[in-house]
Order: sequence, then C-alpha cells, then structure tokens
Amino acid sequence: MHASSRDLPQARTQLPFLVRARPYLILLPALLILVGILIPFGMGVYYSLTTYALNRPGSLDNFVGLRNYDRMIHSSGFINSTTITLKYALSATIVELLLGLGIAILLNRDTLLAKILQTTLIFPMMVAPVIGTLIWKLMMQPSVGILNPILNTVGLPSLQWASVPETALFSVVLVDVWMFTPFAALILLAGLRSFPREPFEAARVDGASLWFTFRNLTLPMLTPYIIIVVLFRFMDSLKQFDIIFAMTEGGPGNTLMTYQLTAYRTSIQYLRLAQGLPYAVMLFFAIYITSQYLVKFWGKAQRRAAGYSS
Amino acid sequence: METKVINKRAGRIIADVLMVAYFLFALFPIFWMVLMSLKSTDELFTTQFVFKPTLDNYHAILFGDPRAAAGVVAKQEFPRNFMNSVIISSGSVIVSLIVGVPAAYALARYNFKAKENLAFTFLSFRFAPELVVIIPLSVIYRKLGLYDTYYGIIWVLQLITLPLLIWVLRSYFEDVSPEIEQAAMVDGYPWWRIFFRILLPLVRPGLAAASLLAFVFAWNTFMFPLILGASQVQTVTVSALGYVSSAQAFFNRMAAASVIASFPQMIVALSIQRYLIRGLSFGAVKG
Repeated sequence: MHASSRDLPQARTQLPFLVRARPYLILLPALLILVGILIPFGMGVYYSLTTYALNRPGSLDNFVGLRNYDRMIHSSGFINSTTITLKYALSATIVELLLGLGIAILLNRDTLLAKILQTTLIFPMMVAPVIGTLIWKLMMQPSVGILNPILNTVGLPSLQWASVPETALFSVVLVDVWMFTPFAALILLAGLRSFPREPFEAARVDGASLWFTFRNLTLPMLTPYIIIVVLFRFMDSLKQFDIIFAMTEGGPGNTLMTYQLTAYRTSIQYLRLAQGLPYAVMLFFAIYITSQYLVKFWGKAQRRAAGYSS
Repeated sequence: METKVINKRAGRIIADVLMVAYFLFALFPIFWMVLMSLKSTDELFTTQFVFKPTLDNYHAILFGDPRAAAGVVAKQEFPRNFMNSVIISSGSVIVSLIVGVPAAYALARYNFKAKENLAFTFLSFRFAPELVVIIPLSVIYRKLGLYDTYYGIIWVLQLITLPLLIWVLRSYFEDVSPEIEQAAMVDGYPWWRIFFRILLPLVRPGLAAASLLAFVFAWNTFMFPLILGASQVQTVTVSALGYVSSAQAFFNRMAAASVIASFPQMIVALSIQRYLIRGLSFGAVKG
C-alpha cells in the first residue's frame, strides 16, 4: 500500500477486511455448531408442514401447509395439554419463587446453622432429574414407600400420589419444587447479599416497619433477581419432560400430557412426526418470545434497581 | 424492653425451626436413597429405618449378582453405562470448550453487527424445548449413521453445554480490563501468547466452574440419550429407569445405582460453591 494513503480519511474509517472479520472468524467454530443445530430445527419446522410419518412411505413429500397446526388446535387433547402445561409451569414457578425467597431470607441471617445448611442447599438440584424423580416415586410407592407412613404418623390419610388423576399434578410439581427451589433460593440470596447497607439503616433509624422496608426497599432492589428466577424456572417448567416422564410417562390416562409429552408420544412413540412436531414448534416460539421479553424486562429492572443503591 | 428481647429470641427460634424444616424436606430424599441402597432384598418391604446394612446391592450392580437366579435380569451393564456417561459428558464439555472459549472472548471484546443477536441465539438453545431439534434428528441421525453413537449425542448435547460455557465465560472475560491486553500488545507479545498466558489464567476460576457445571448438566440429561441412543451409548440416567420398570422391582439396586450416579455431581457442587451462582445464572448474577 502507498505510504501516503494512510493519511486519507477513507482509509482510516475503512478497516482492513481481516480486522473487521476477526470477531466472526473467532466465532466460526461456534457458528458451525449453531448451523448444525439450526438445520435440524428448520427441518423440524418443515416436517410439521407435511404429513410425514415414519410408517407411511412417501408422506414427507406431501406438503399440507398449516393443516397439522389447525388439527392440533381443534383436537380433543389440546385444551387439556395447554391447561396442564400452564398449570404445571405456573404452580412450580410461583411456589419455587416464594419458598426460595423465604429460604433466602432465612439463610441471609448468617448464623452458624445457616452457614452449615447453605453448603447442602444445592444437592437436590445436582441429582439428575430422572434419578431424583425415581427416588420420589419410590418414596410414594405403596409397598416400600415412606411418604404414606409419614402422613399416617401425623394422622393424615394415605395418598395415591401420581397414580390417580386427582393428585398426579401435585406429585410432579412437588418433585419440581424439591429439585429447583434451591436455584431460586441461591439467586435471591446472592441478591440480598449484594444490597448496600445504608438505605436499610436509614429506614431503621426512621422507625420504618419490617413490611414497609421489605415492600419499598428489598422488593424493588430484588426485582432483577426475581426476574432471573422466573426466566429460568418458568421457561424450564414449560418444557419439563424428565420429571413427568420418569413419574408417569404422562399418565394416568392423559392427566399429565403436557406439550412436550404429547410431542414425544406422537412423534417418537407413534412415529407420526408431522403430528407431534406442532406441539414442540409452538412451545418453542412461545418460550422464545417470552424469554426475549423477560430478558429485556430484566435489563430495565436492573437499571432501575441500580438507582436505589447509588 | 424485656418482652422485646423475648420476642426477638422467639423470632430467631421460629426462623431456625422453619429453616431446619426446609432442609429436612430437601435432604431427606437423598438420605433415604442411601438408606435404600444399603437394604437387602429381604428387608426391603418389611422395615423402614432399622435393618442390617449390606453392600450387596453395590456389589451386584458393579460386579454382577452372584445369587441371581436364572431369568433374572442381572444388571451388570451399570459399569458400562457409567463409562458411557463419563465419555459423553466429558466429550461434550471438551467440544464446548474448544468452540466456546473463543466465542465467549469474541462476544465479550469485539463490537460487531449481530453481536447481541448471536449471543441471544446461543442463549435461546438453553431455553428451547429440546424436542424441536431431537425429533428431526431422530430421522437425520439414522440416515447419517449417527444414531446410537457417541458423536451424535455429543453433538446434540452442545445445546446444553455450549450456551452455558459461552455465557458464563463471556461475563468473566468482560471483567478483565482490556488495558491488560493492550499493554501486552504494546510489549510485542503475539496474540496467542496473550490469550493463553495472560487472559486464560485470569478467567481460570470461571473456566473451571463453568466446565464442571456443564459436565453436571450433560451428565444429568435424559431426553437426548433416550431418543437418539440405544444400547451402545446408554447412560446412567436412561438405565436408571430400567430398574423400576422391569417386571421384578429392583428398588434397592436402583437406589445403589442412583447413589453412584449422583456421586460425581455432589463432589462438583461442593468444589465450586463460590462460583455456582454465576454459573447457574449464566453470568447474569455475579454472586
């Protein structure tokens, strides 16, 4: 390159191609994986627009547009699937958030007992969800189980847990709560510990009640952390598969046939790929949109909470 | 004044009782699992807490059951399943490290078009319902010969391990001041020496914690090996189901298998306590 060209303004603004492309080059291996995941995803969306079934040759070439989606919405199980998916996700998220907040507040007292117990907080979350669920299934089991004897000791009648429709949802949500409340507690505890002392001391000096302090100081400052908990727990429980599958495989009957379980049963067990995929695709877009919205909301809440501590 | 002190003490006691109650709920199933694993089959149905502990179940799942009657499914595949879990989980983490460390660096350091969109796309892997990808893969893998292979499972497990590593490491890279790099660059160090000698040691705790956590999540997955694998790559999570659904209920065997299959994660959990929150929240909460 000519020496004087460096003084030209255009040359300064236009960086060499290799410099501009550097971040993309560094990202290249990750982008390859990304493409390798997006291709099957795209094919899945395409399959859902055909009549593809593994036991019917030639069914892949039959493009039917949104017919599978239309059928899904009008099928008899759809309302039940939607209700059970939302019920599971909402109840698990709400209970985990509230219980986690309670545990976080209790652990934040920094007593010796709290410190000792805190090291074990994460254990339920580290056990594989399938294995954790199997343990609970054994505990609920009529012959070797321990939960009914415990209920009987305190004067309560035995339950049939996941084997009857009335208590099936309660049983799987119980396992979810057991497994993932530690996540909520850990994140909220980190939030509580990050707070500056001054506003709380000022509130105490002014004689503010505990409730007032909680509502006007703790809660607004904790909001970003609460959103993180909701983001992870709500998204994860919307697509929860392992716990329900290990407990009842969606039964009894179709009591626990969430979107994920329905997609699995139709596409994998009955080989009707095109019919099961709409459930998964719809769930994907619902989760994608909700999570994007929550991430934005989180950014906003974080900025607002920063205003409190400065 | 005196009632205030008493009230305060009572409040503290109530708080302690509530806290202990929660931890009883949280830890009892794990304790009970260990208990079950030590029970002989004779005492399985007759006692709750008082029994003669035995290591027979561990012996049976690790080395085979010497007293197994003919026709009983002897579960000696466990060591194999365990090895499969080790291979698949470490493989996934290694691939994610090779691919994810540079990606995390690029996403932390450079400003370029589509940066946030790319980062969010990687994050959305974490939240996407896996079946959207697994159902088509169950067909594609059979065509490509990847069904029931380590490569196939490791590839698809990038859905779990890669977003974790990229997001956690990105937050650690962002904590390192760019001035350190610039100073080294001015001193004439080549970029690879700066990266390996200066940057990586600075993010090492994050690197270790994120890798270990990714290992745990890969270890714990169930749906991927369930649908995209069969006997060749069966992991401990998939095989655990077999103990319960087989005609003869090997509850104590299953408990013993669960204890061994949960052991690595417990060690990991205890060793990365300090970095857990940042890892679990994908770098969003610095803890």
